[in-house]
Amino acid sequence: MVVPSLKLQDLIEEIRGAKTQAQEREVIQKECAHIRASFRDGDPVHRHRQLAKLLYVHMLGYPAHFGQMECLKLIASSRFTDKRVGYLGAMLLLDERHDAHLLITNSIKNDLSQGIQPVQGLALCTLSTMGSAEMCRDLAPEVEKLLLQPSPYVRKKAILTAVHMIRKVPELSSVFLPPCAQLLHERHHGILLGTITLITELCERSPAALRHFRKVQILRLLRILGRNHEESSETMNDLLAQVATNTDTSRNAGNAVLFETVLTIMDIRSAAGLRVLAVNILGRFLLNSDRNIRYVALTSLLRLVQSDHSAVQRHRPTVVECLRETDASLSRRALELSLALVNSSNVRAMMQELQAFLESCPPDLRADCASGILLAAERFAPTKRWHIDTILHVLTTAGTHVRDDAVANLTQLIGGAQELHAYSVRRLYNALAEDISQQPLVQVAAWCIGEYGDLLLAGNCEEIEPLQVDEEEVLALLEKVLQSHMSLPATRGYALTALMKLSTRLCGDNNRIRQVVSIYGSCLDVELQQRAVEYDTLFRKYDHMRAAILEKMPLVERDGPQADEEAKESKEAAQLSEAAPVPTEPQASQLLDLLDLLDGASGDVQHPPPLDPSPGGALIHLLDLPCVPPPPAPIPDLKVFEREGVQLNLSFIRPPENPALLLITVTATNFSEGDVTHFICQAAVPKAPLRLKLRLTYDHFHQSVQEIFEVNNLPVESWQ
Amino acid sequence: MQFMLLFSRQGKLRLQKWYVPLSDKEKKKITRELVQTVLARKPKMCSFLEWRDLKIVYKRYASLYFCCAIEDQDNELITLEIIHRYVELLDKYFGSVCELDIIFNFEKAYFILDEFLLGGEVQETSKKNVLKAIEQADLLQEDSKPRSTRLHSCVKS
Repeated sequence: MVVPSLKLQDLIEEIRGAKTQAQEREVIQKECAHIRASFRDGDPVHRHRQLAKLLYVHMLGYPAHFGQMECLKLIASSRFTDKRVGYLGAMLLLDERHDAHLLITNSIKNDLSQGIQPVQGLALCTLSTMGSAEMCRDLAPEVEKLLLQPSPYVRKKAILTAVHMIRKVPELSSVFLPPCAQLLHERHHGILLGTITLITELCERSPAALRHFRKVQILRLLRILGRNHEESSETMNDLLAQVATNTDTSRNAGNAVLFETVLTIMDIRSAAGLRVLAVNILGRFLLNSDRNIRYVALTSLLRLVQSDHSAVQRHRPTVVECLRETDASLSRRALELSLALVNSSNVRAMMQELQAFLESCPPDLRADCASGILLAAERFAPTKRWHIDTILHVLTTAGTHVRDDAVANLTQLIGGAQELHAYSVRRLYNALAEDISQQPLVQVAAWCIGEYGDLLLAGNCEEIEPLQVDEEEVLALLEKVLQSHMSLPATRGYALTALMKLSTRLCGDNNRIRQVVSIYGSCLDVELQQRAVEYDTLFRKYDHMRAAILEKMPLVERDGPQADEEAKESKEAAQLSEAAPVPTEPQASQLLDLLDLLDGASGDVQHPPPLDPSPGGALIHLLDLPCVPPPPAPIPDLKVFEREGVQLNLSFIRPPENPALLLITVTATNFSEGDVTHFICQAAVPKAPLRLKLRLTYDHFHQSVQEIFEVNNLPVESWQ
Repeated sequence: MQFMLLFSRQGKLRLQKWYVPLSDKEKKKITRELVQTVLARKPKMCSFLEWRDLKIVYKRYASLYFCCAIEDQDNELITLEIIHRYVELLDKYFGSVCELDIIFNFEKAYFILDEFLLGGEVQETSKKNVLKAIEQADLLQEDSKPRSTRLHSCVKS
């Protein structure tokens, strides 16, 4: 005896009546148990109802895989009710991944050839929704037969099923190409529509099919046909122009057709006049009150801006208006388009608009807007001063969103414009005095104040109101930056170096600066500590060299970031060699000896990565390469050697612009009373796994020391 | 069209039609993410958004969101028309359709959709033809009911 089961609608009511998620789960689990039992018992009468219920709970997210085989049974049944639900189940529960899906191929084949239209419809629908490549191959002949059947209902479905089959199995194109010519002559809209889709699909896949369909006058097809084909394009020009002007745009459908026309014009090789027509249609769309239409207009204009620049330029004012859109996806499009429209003649006006936008735009657009403005400024800046002002404005408005190289770019720009040094340092000082939180701005300002502090104090500059700044104020500001918890370590490095440079630019005594420098000698941040110690040493032991080392940067011509880096580095290297000997010897060309250290486990001979074992080599820091902000997750330092007060530390950095690179700095420190002389440190790095072999030789306490050891415990973070 | 989803304002799925093969897990993930994204949109925003490498076209009718994913070369404005036409078909069939109709008769909603779109493409532009086809199929379903039930209902009336 079969227990009467719940009707579908009753189950739905019960589920909806559940007050909590847990309750709902309970109801469903109970019902699923019934359904499972019913499936096991093989009850044919209620099977369709059980599956329907299962499909409902499946939509709510519950598992329904045990219904898959039931779909097959229902499809094979002769009752239409069964087939309807069975096919629906197949479309929802079966897919290519399950082997079970192939089992319905036979049923579909039968249903396709048995002549009851709704049943054929179901089969075709299912095939076109979830038919896998194998199924399509198997059933292609059946579908082909149906293409030329009398019933339009079946034919239109067969045609679209053919489209799906070609997408799955492109070789089937040859099967479905021949019937197309005949199908095109049909009157029935559904058939024509399907045929055009089919032809479109065929032509997209094979240029050979193009030959057959020259004179078809349907828009979407035109687009494909006209692609790269001169003759067809000419025929279409008039037609498209007609369609464009005669379409009624009072309803969305009309606009959709017009839009399709525009898309077609964009894709084929149209005459220039036609393209201008397309741009103008889009321009009109921009003024439409429906924001969907404005959106598609902006998107399409973006595609056209490169090829039809002057035509799009005519609509610039409207585009700029769209920056004020409240909808973020529209304003983003408007931003991209506006940036693409900037040229040397409109740069000032456009920049004004864009900078106003930057101040009020949503946060996720800030970064793009800022870098867009900076890029455009670089390409089209009318004067250097305008350029500096623009960058300054961006840094103050959206400082945290600019790219890392903005700092380097600005310092180079300023450095290269001698006539603007006074102006720049003044403006930057004012900006810094107001706000020390925006890191890129602070870094540039600190650098500038360090370099041109003397100009700042000189007091006169025609372009800004005269500003009286005294030394103490400047030092106080830099100290504030140094101490602020908002300052990144890199920023503090800039500030410290700037303070140091001021020791030669300012007239007063340097006690204040010396104090700061010596305080930071015990700073926890290794980088800062190192600098401070070096600067302190400069004061104490090498004061005679201080002025030379802290000289102003030579003017660099901006012919490209790479060239500048190299130019700077070579100048620094030249100055380095003038440096007095420090208590270690720089690592000479002893690469060959280093290879001895490798134990031969890694077969091939590799040159070790450049290391910096001697504190002397770290003089480079004094001369201030544009500082790259440190990587987000600092790798912990490692102490690798200690003997009688001589210590060796490793610190690790991944440069942000090249995260695949790992820079290891070896710092040797002598805490003992006795001097260390003739210090030589050599290192070898076998490629994998990452470890370090070090050899030290030095004289200490009148003894020659030689140590060879391996560092195996490199921190995990350095491995990636 | 790659897929169409119907969901309520609380994010409950009411219909899912997939025209591309994806695993159940992927479908669930996509559904979850997309529903979240669309529900987060403010009322005044435009009906199009870019999501992964697809274009999403959505429109809200009363308490239901109709959401379609189309490919790059498809026309967004036409897709809006397609959604509207589907709603019109549902409306005609159910007579002033509301979300409850679609909940309690979800299979019918699928059947209607399957007479309008096939394999992700429009198969029939005439509303009349679509509704006629559904009518015929419904009749066939009536005819195929087992004799006993039909007799039973006759006796009752």
